[in-house]
Amino acid sequence: MSLLEHLNKDFESRVRLGIMSILVVNEWIDFLEMKDHLQVTDGNLASHINALEQKKYIEVKKEFVGKKPKTSYKATKTGKGAFEKHINALEKLLRG
Amino acid sequence: MSQELKDDLQHIRKMMEQSSRFISLNGLSGVVAGVVALAGAFVAYYILQKSSIDYFQDYSGATGVGVVTQLTLLAIVVLIAAVGLGILLTVNKTKKQGHKIWTSTTKKLLVALFVPLIFGGLFCLAAMYHGHFIIMAPLMLVFYGLALINAGRYTFSDIQNLGYCEAFLGVIAMFIPGYGLVFWALGFGVLHIVYGLLMYQKYR
Repeated sequence: MSLLEHLNKDFESRVRLGIMSILVVNEWIDFLEMKDHLQVTDGNLASHINALEQKKYIEVKKEFVGKKPKTSYKATKTGKGAFEKHINALEKLLRG
Repeated sequence: MSQELKDDLQHIRKMMEQSSRFISLNGLSGVVAGVVALAGAFVAYYILQKSSIDYFQDYSGATGVGVVTQLTLLAIVVLIAAVGLGILLTVNKTKKQGHKIWTSTTKKLLVALFVPLIFGGLFCLAAMYHGHFIIMAPLMLVFYGLALINAGRYTFSDIQNLGYCEAFLGVIAMFIPGYGLVFWALGFGVLHIVYGLLMYQKYR
């Protein structure tokens, strides 16, 4: 199964797949909106986001809106490329 | 194994769709807006009749100031009623689906919609100021159509198609001057009702 080599280990969890899918079709998305789409807990989302950030797949922006802190995320070029490769591999596997 | 992969792909597609398009638009909003517009058109016709202008007989475009004021007020009432009821229905549907209303997609949608509308509105006001009442309806239809085509990127593609119909109708209206009210009723009334019903059936 050499096909499996193309599957990216970083995208194994469904939450990470969700995070990346949202970020490839949008510019900046904030934490709360992400949580709303994915229906996951704060801690769960935060840990997956951290992992993706460490891999340089996503970019983080922290700002204050009034007095509230707001953290937003955006997919990097690296991230988009890696995600696309992963999806192509998934589709190949399904067809093959 | 392959079922899991299929689920993954489906999840990816769903997230992409859900996060980039506003999918809670209520078809009934369109129907209600259309009905309000048609009612408005009938009232406008009645106002013209009362001031002894038979719309379909001798429309010279020479209308009294009183009539213009009445028609403008009517237009504002129609606009507020149609937009207000439309928003109400859509917000209700969004809440029922358990989605948030104020997302970045909604903001993008509104910006895309209102930029052409505001410029179009100002353009129409200028045309009115110079007394070009005869081209009001075509102008409104064209700008509204463009606004819908622009906003359609962030919601159902049907909205884009509706935009093309409205803009096209506006162009036709421009070639047949003097039937503004008829085209206005077709565009803002009939087309809204048709598309509203279509979308209501499709995305219930």
